[in-house]
Amino acid sequence: MKIFSSAKSYLLKNRLLIGIVVALACVTTACFLNRGNASAASVPDEVDYNYHIRPILSDRCFKCHGPDANKREADLRLDTEAAAYAALKDNPKLHAIVPGDLDNSAVWLRITTKDTAELMPPVESNLKLTEHEIALIEKWIKQGAKYKPHWAFIAPTTPKLPEVSDEAWPKNEIDRFTLAKMDENGLSPNEEADKERLLKRVALDITGLPPSFELQERFLKDKSENAYEKVVDELLKSKHYGEKMALPWLDAARYADSHGYQDDGLRTMWPWRDWVIHAFNQNYGYDKFVTWQLAGDLLVKQQGKKADDPAAKEMMLATGFNRNHKITQEGGVIDEEYRIEYVTDRTNTYGKTFLALTYECAKCHDHKYDPILQKDYYSAFAFFNQVPEKGLFGTIDANFADPPNMKITTKDVKDILKFVNKTDTAAVLVMVMQDKDTLRPTHILNRGNYDQLGDVVTANMPNFILPFNPKKYPQNRLGLAQWMLDPKNPLTARVFVNRVWQEFFGRGIVKTVGDFGMQGELPSHPQLLDWLAVDFRTHGWDIKRLVKQIVLSATYRQSSVITKEHLSKDPENVFLARAPRMRLPAELVRDLVLASSGLLNPEIGGPSVKTYQPKGLWESATSGRGILKTYVQDHGDSLYRRGMYVFIKRTVPPPNMLIFDASNRDQCEVKRSRTNTPLQALLMLNDPTVLESARVLAEKLTLEKSSVDDKISKAFRQIVCRQAKPKELDVIRKYFDEEKTALAKAPQKATKLLSVGEAPQARIPDRPSVAALMQTILMVYNLEEVIMK
Amino acid sequence: MKNEFLENRLNINRRHFLGKMTAGIGSVALGSLLVPDLFKGSGDDSDALPLGIPHFAPKAKRVIYLFQNGAPSQYESFEYKPMLNKMAGEELPASIRMGQRLTGMTANQAKFPLVGSHFKFAQYGQSGMWMSELFPNIANIADDLCMIKTMNTEAINHDPALTFMQTGAQQGNRPSMGAWASYGLGSENKNLPAFSVLLSRGKGNGQGVYSKLWTNGFLDSTHQGVVFSSGEEPILYLNDPAGTDRSARRKMLDNLSELNNMAYDDFGDPEIKAKVQQYEMAYRMQTAVPELTDLSKEPDHIIKMYGPECLVPGTFAANCLLARKLSEAGVRFVQLYHQGWDQHGNMVGEMPLQAKDTDRASAALITDLKQRGLLDETLVIWGGEFGRTNYSQGTATKDNYGRDHHPRAYCTFMAGGGVKPGTVYGETDDFGYNIVRDPVHINDFHATVMHLMGLNHEKLTYKHLGRRYRLTDVAGKVIPGLIA
Repeated sequence: MKIFSSAKSYLLKNRLLIGIVVALACVTTACFLNRGNASAASVPDEVDYNYHIRPILSDRCFKCHGPDANKREADLRLDTEAAAYAALKDNPKLHAIVPGDLDNSAVWLRITTKDTAELMPPVESNLKLTEHEIALIEKWIKQGAKYKPHWAFIAPTTPKLPEVSDEAWPKNEIDRFTLAKMDENGLSPNEEADKERLLKRVALDITGLPPSFELQERFLKDKSENAYEKVVDELLKSKHYGEKMALPWLDAARYADSHGYQDDGLRTMWPWRDWVIHAFNQNYGYDKFVTWQLAGDLLVKQQGKKADDPAAKEMMLATGFNRNHKITQEGGVIDEEYRIEYVTDRTNTYGKTFLALTYECAKCHDHKYDPILQKDYYSAFAFFNQVPEKGLFGTIDANFADPPNMKITTKDVKDILKFVNKTDTAAVLVMVMQDKDTLRPTHILNRGNYDQLGDVVTANMPNFILPFNPKKYPQNRLGLAQWMLDPKNPLTARVFVNRVWQEFFGRGIVKTVGDFGMQGELPSHPQLLDWLAVDFRTHGWDIKRLVKQIVLSATYRQSSVITKEHLSKDPENVFLARAPRMRLPAELVRDLVLASSGLLNPEIGGPSVKTYQPKGLWESATSGRGILKTYVQDHGDSLYRRGMYVFIKRTVPPPNMLIFDASNRDQCEVKRSRTNTPLQALLMLNDPTVLESARVLAEKLTLEKSSVDDKISKAFRQIVCRQAKPKELDVIRKYFDEEKTALAKAPQKATKLLSVGEAPQARIPDRPSVAALMQTILMVYNLEEVIMK
Repeated sequence: MKNEFLENRLNINRRHFLGKMTAGIGSVALGSLLVPDLFKGSGDDSDALPLGIPHFAPKAKRVIYLFQNGAPSQYESFEYKPMLNKMAGEELPASIRMGQRLTGMTANQAKFPLVGSHFKFAQYGQSGMWMSELFPNIANIADDLCMIKTMNTEAINHDPALTFMQTGAQQGNRPSMGAWASYGLGSENKNLPAFSVLLSRGKGNGQGVYSKLWTNGFLDSTHQGVVFSSGEEPILYLNDPAGTDRSARRKMLDNLSELNNMAYDDFGDPEIKAKVQQYEMAYRMQTAVPELTDLSKEPDHIIKMYGPECLVPGTFAANCLLARKLSEAGVRFVQLYHQGWDQHGNMVGEMPLQAKDTDRASAALITDLKQRGLLDETLVIWGGEFGRTNYSQGTATKDNYGRDHHPRAYCTFMAGGGVKPGTVYGETDDFGYNIVRDPVHINDFHATVMHLMGLNHEKLTYKHLGRRYRLTDVAGKVIPGLIA
């Protein structure tokens, strides 16, 4: 904390305030825990390249002494052992690193010199090494400066299950790994969560919906040993499972209902979204799920299927994944500039979604940190560069699905694509993938510019992941899918398993779910990640099985109570000695409100809906062209669809979603932020959807023959998913009584309150009572606990 | 050395602190919507302090960016090129065009006939700045302006050009300037967002705006620009529902926090305490924001200055007045977008309308700030996303013509906030087509604006997907010639 005390005097000298210092102190404490076990304040006995050194070298040195040959300084690279041990090019008597010999290691001399002209990293880079980092490097060189390959690029093998302190705690293999980590870090697991809270958590995690009143009752009464597993099985069978699983996939696939640039016209990709839900519900293996999306069209050809073959249609539809990127309709754009942009988007999305690599960083030059060369970027680009498409196909509303596309007719929906929720008679066009008959040559684009053509490359993937053997795989998207699913591919299974884990625990085992490269975080539980990855792959890439393993683990079932010990030892909950307490994603906030009031329309799929939205948002931003220039709200049942069906116009995304950190679907996104802002409070207090839900539930309960206390208890239980405590009920009841008295004195206020929303009002003469109950329910909706799981 | 070290620590800490706010423990929304009380010592009520620690003393504490969306023609506003009138109808010399790429709208045009301004120019102020007759009020404050003639960009279409101007990159979901300012400096006012956005529409050909122009990108979503709308509800979901008044709301919140505190006793999660604070802040915003956005109580001389249109909600004039009030109240970055500047045709008909909508209020805003002693610490920026061609799109007739997009040179002016007043910076050739002296690329412009705000554009970074991102990406240099 020496740094901190000097910072303090600096701050005070500069008349900055104590408050900042205090705040920084809290943060500094948290920083040290940030890298999990990687950076304890003391230097470990054995310094490991992957865990201790590479993160430092990568972050501070590789930009100039790494894989990018064009920007390499002094012709020195420190990312490979051979280069770091070799004689320096500009002074062959010296070596950057001499294992075990500090005094002859130029690296050591340059990071510790007092001469600012010599110091590394250079002063002008704005990068510095901390004393702790220098101490780590010192010890590493002394211990022989051993390099190791990057963990993520070595194929996972099944690790041995670790010894644990308490054999009785683990319920499955997951728990052995987490408990071993807790043991290492002096933590012990929380108790199992109480049944009510556990049920709420697992129901929301699997279906995205709160448990019904009936399910709550049933589960509480079921005293059998496997009561929880029975509920899990039931939830996994729910058709809402597919919706919940689809949600993060739609973020990765940047799914939206408009084209995204400037005029931002309508597109009709929703049948593809319906397919994703269907695929999860049918529990397609991840191998099939991925292959169809990447190469369904090529699979149809390879299997010699006819276009009207049922499987062929479904395979074609799945390829919509790669057409969800934004498309311009701005008159006057240069066609090729935008066509290249679309291929770029596909390439970047592929890298992030399937490989968790920041491919986009190698578009204009070799990657600065990972061994992805610019040539590698365009070799991957070549797979996606064969679509017979245009940068600018037509003006707005000329077409909702630029070619290549497929037509889905009413007959298709009746006979084949039964999961597509098309209710009107018009056929719907969906953009899909196709390759040109003659291959389009792919050039390296100098500095990433569409019109600066460099060398021609062919479709390929880098050797450091897994050599792409053209004898083994066709050089097209189908080959790409096969290469990904090769048991020797080190990334595919790990990346997906890690993202599924994130859905349940709020953070991935690798926290940077979109970056498994050198700059990504190290896994908090590397062996667990490998165990899960291998287990997943060798069990048919079975997604439901994976989900079940996770939710049945003792780790998942813990209570989320946070103790002082947790806060001091593991504030970020890296070691999972408690269940995470997390706010629901935007869509689920809406779902919970609608479901608990009984308003929810559980229909699955179909065209997206336009629900209540503050006036004028689309109109004030439009170019004035296209049918989306004005917002035409839907009515009736459509108003009560789940959050994932709320219409996403990319240039003006739905505010109730954005305020709760939903993706704007501009680009592939694999991790949302989770903020806590006053705008969220305003939304929960004033949004017509919440108010209407409160009103409808109040009316329903008022019509029931029960006491006021019973009504309040029931509302509480439906919304919070647990029984209220007596002291909670006291506060709520007191509030209800006061509201009722106040509203009885001002019945016109009651009438106004009850006027919200389009759902028909129940005929109840005692309006102040209903209105008071509505206010009470609104308050309950605003409890912090409600939208947390 | 020691200072550098400390400076670096502070920078890292600040970055960490801001970066960690959501995941952090007991974190509250910061940046755009923060609670500065946490950072202020009690009893200090001197000038509101920024959350972030500037890298050095800022000249501009706040920015008001009057974005002219669609690209106003420089030739009918601030770029006097009599050569174009002399050579009207003649072909643009290839030696001038030098292979400049063209948009799809004029790429197939057989001829590129030069066309001069239909409107008269004269010199104004001590500085003798040339101004077109369409902007008499701005002309009157010429000596307050720092006029850049040599802004330039690589984009030739609206969407990428606007995105470049606002986020430093043509493509990609990168944070907007205002979001960077919010991230770097935080808010000055506990009841208002640090980054506020106001939209208006003129009478000319328009191109729309997109929420990605005020996006937080990969920064925390608390740094997202908050749109103030002109309707009855200045911020989305701000108004209490019909039938609820302030005291009823207060009562609900009091009970709510009692219940939430019970939950805290159960769970011990500091997020619960943070949530209670957010509800309190929301409550305060509900009072503070409508008071601020109510323009009806402005004195007569102010209404006169901005023009009667300023009382019509949603006009550029109303937004200028609102911008002054927001800025005065401590909003770090107020971004206006005024649409309608895309004159591919009918320059003669539309340009005067667009100018009329903006001239008076723009000048009034600068004068108003000056009279309040705020101009020194408030940077006002006025300009679009690229320039327009010196040749006519379509045929130029005696009475009318149009101009296509031109990325190589265009005008933007700034005032206050530490810029050099009464200055013309940079020079283009006699055709206004190419820059002959002192170019200001968008990256340079961003670097300079950040510098004025006390931020080193190379040091204000955010690590995302393994890379440290900046508003200026990998380029940009501060332009000393713009700074007083």
